[in-house]
Amino acid sequence: MEFATSSSPHISGSQSVSRVMAEVLLALVPGIVALIWFFGWGVLINIVIAAIAALTAEAAVLKLRGRPVLRTLGDLSALVTAVLLGLALPPTLPWWLTVLGVVFAIVIAKQLYGGLGYNPFNPAMAGYVLLLVSFPLDMTRWLPPAEVAQHTLDFADSLRLILTGSMPSGMTWDAMTGATPLDQMRTGLDMNRMIHEIRESPLWGSVGAVGWEWVAGLYLAGGLYLVWRKIISWHIPAGMLGGLFVIALLFNMIDAHTHPSPLFHLFSGATMLGAFFIATDPVSAATTNRGKLIYGALIGILVFVIRTYGGYPDAVAFAVLLMNMAAPTIDYYTQPRAFGHRKDGNG
Amino acid sequence: MSELQRPIHEFSGGLDLPGHKAQSTGRPIATAPLGQHFVVPLQQHIGEPTEPLVAVGDRVLTGQVIARAQDYISAPVHAPCSGTVAAIGDHAIPHPSGLQAACIVIDSDGADTWTELPEPWPDFMDRDPAELRERIRWAGIVGLGGAGFPTSVKVNPGPELPIHTLILNAAECEPYITCDDMLMREQADRILAGLAVIRHVVGASECLIGIEANKPDAIAAMRAAVVSSGCPDTHVMVVPAKYPSGGEKQLIQLLTGLEVPSQGLPAQIGVLCQNVATAAAVADAVLAGKPMLERVVTVSGQGVAEPGNFRVRLGTRMADVVALAGGYTDRVHRLILGGPMMGFALPSDELPITKTANCLLAASAAEIPDPPPALPCIRYGRCAEVCPALLLPQQLYWHARARDLDKTQDFNLFDCIECGCCAHVCPSHIPLVQYYRYAKTAIWSQERDKARADIARRRHEFRQERLARLEAERKARLRKKKEALDAQPKGAADPKKAAIEAAMKRVAAKKAAAAQQQPEN
Ligand code: SF4
Ligand code: SF4
Repeated sequence: MEFATSSSPHISGSQSVSRVMAEVLLALVPGIVALIWFFGWGVLINIVIAAIAALTAEAAVLKLRGRPVLRTLGDLSALVTAVLLGLALPPTLPWWLTVLGVVFAIVIAKQLYGGLGYNPFNPAMAGYVLLLVSFPLDMTRWLPPAEVAQHTLDFADSLRLILTGSMPSGMTWDAMTGATPLDQMRTGLDMNRMIHEIRESPLWGSVGAVGWEWVAGLYLAGGLYLVWRKIISWHIPAGMLGGLFVIALLFNMIDAHTHPSPLFHLFSGATMLGAFFIATDPVSAATTNRGKLIYGALIGILVFVIRTYGGYPDAVAFAVLLMNMAAPTIDYYTQPRAFGHRKDGNG
Repeated sequence: MSELQRPIHEFSGGLDLPGHKAQSTGRPIATAPLGQHFVVPLQQHIGEPTEPLVAVGDRVLTGQVIARAQDYISAPVHAPCSGTVAAIGDHAIPHPSGLQAACIVIDSDGADTWTELPEPWPDFMDRDPAELRERIRWAGIVGLGGAGFPTSVKVNPGPELPIHTLILNAAECEPYITCDDMLMREQADRILAGLAVIRHVVGASECLIGIEANKPDAIAAMRAAVVSSGCPDTHVMVVPAKYPSGGEKQLIQLLTGLEVPSQGLPAQIGVLCQNVATAAAVADAVLAGKPMLERVVTVSGQGVAEPGNFRVRLGTRMADVVALAGGYTDRVHRLILGGPMMGFALPSDELPITKTANCLLAASAAEIPDPPPALPCIRYGRCAEVCPALLLPQQLYWHARARDLDKTQDFNLFDCIECGCCAHVCPSHIPLVQYYRYAKTAIWSQERDKARADIARRRHEFRQERLARLEAERKARLRKKKEALDAQPKGAADPKKAAIEAAMKRVAAKKAAAAQQQPEN
């Protein structure tokens, strides 16, 4: 009897790229729900617009490059990029900016480098930074969380605002939107106010800011789920959160009036999202275990430095992109000692 | 017994794989009836091929040496039955690349008449290790765990590498394979006897028997046999069921905590590993004077009707062995020789069972699906987490793919044991091991080319040197002649030469005179 042959190993685990990506999407759900809860339907509308744009852009490029379209879309990596970018955008952002960011992420940052697996930069963060640098005003307008907002936008309002730019009658940008807590913190500090004064505003919760701390907590939960499912290893998040915590603690101990607590840093802005979902993007991160710890820690430190001294309110995107450039070098210098290469030769 | 005091160490990486062992352990080992035709490959081991000692038409007896080892690293081949040599020539053999190779084909006479065997040596403890090694060599025993390295060579590491620990590799970590498990359950005493022989040959002070925890019956049988045999300093050690615990380096680390140096031998750290079936074959050779004629083969998978273990004469057709297991079911999809992780897929079952054939896995499409298309590497890094050799499989892959062979060596390609863990977990389904094999083969052939070029260069240089030498000798001879000439007194100059010189002077003078007159013309 004749048989077809193939090369060993003949059995493979159940893991596949699309399953990895699907788990990542699943782990994001609690954080997204909280984000919608606190900041309205705009969040969801952004994500949907981003997803449509990402899939369309990827399909178009694949077609041009003569690659299989459906199979590649099926790896879900474009969807992950879209969701990560979508939820990082302000919930009032005009639709065409979202589309611009996503198309840049998919076409320039990902496909021009050869597609999944070849991109040196995290596509979602590349798109985010492009928007932030080019449209700083739109990108820094955030809604206050629903609990403390005087006006809230319902679904129709949000949709109209995003698609046509028109406000509900009698409302202005200034009345409706404000800065993010991180932004407030830095402008407050810039005006030489003390942290306890800044925190008197109703925006502030127990560790971070109202709403934000919940979102961060749920990202943390989703991230731990990914670690537990072995989708990501613990090294990068631990490195990043640890690095940020330690350096923030040091400064906080030196002067607690002008340096917010380390927990504030951990639970504000995109720290948790970045630690578990962005810095861990395997394609652009370091890959050895020691390398991942170093890579994560350096991102954490960079986040602190940029938040404290830089010109932008949040720093995760910049920190990740900067470290993306260092990843290959870190890998090179952190190769593990291969079996049988032990110096002393035995146990 | 002090199993409890001896810690089990750990090796890094590895996989928890479903064992699928119960499929083939339901029945005792069955002895296959003698077949009619046997195809015996001349090379069933790592090393030099053997040289046939019989011709077509010769009558042979069971156990007779029909091809002898030509070199130190080689193992003779014996007739698995009595009968007539029907052919000697190329025949398909089980080999990853579907090779044909020289085989001796024997038609059985059905009588199974044995040749005269050497005397059994129950007194092996009083014999010289060299004598025992010679017996093991005569018996044609090779590593039966899969590699097939001649055992007589392995048990002779030389006086500069003393062995303190002898390890019996009974881990059998590949899914589906149960031949060692069943052999331990049924013939623990025989295995221990073989172990005692090897221990005497290498002079080891202790024996460690490493068995995976998923074989409780085998563990119990071996423990009981150790007690009843009274072997001193022999410990049955239970290692966690984690693939590839049966990898030689991994098992050594599990049992002793020692790391075999990169590209080195276990003997360098005083350890020697032997497989269960090899030990049993050594017992037969020394205690019964029998050569290696048969082995236990697991036949398993959803592609056969009645999986089980079979004691089969070497050279039996695989299709016949499958028939013993009730034949194929209609679910059969792939035929694998060995396990699903490191075995290789056979193109056909018209192949002989050889010394290293431990398992025939007739798998269904559910068990061994066609490999899905490979996607790009997403540098997800799972491969590095499971690599027992602590390599960076993805970097190896990038460099192998880019044919950057130097870089693959920087990333320790040759420490890769081809266990397949990395490819197993790769979410992009990249056939990583295939790339590593390609890179290794390319490097070997490069080195062979280089070696060949070196020889050619040396030959060329030698020729140049010889030519230069000849030339120098010629010059020296000439010089000598000239010197001899110069040494003659000036006055005694050749009269002929003087006459010529005088004549030339006259001509020159005439020419000069003519030249002086010319301007006046
Ligand atoms: S597991 Fe596969 S996809 Fe992931 S890094 Fe290794 S080779 Fe690349
Ligand atoms: S096949 Fe080689 S690289 Fe892959 S896990 Fe095994 S030893 Fe490591």
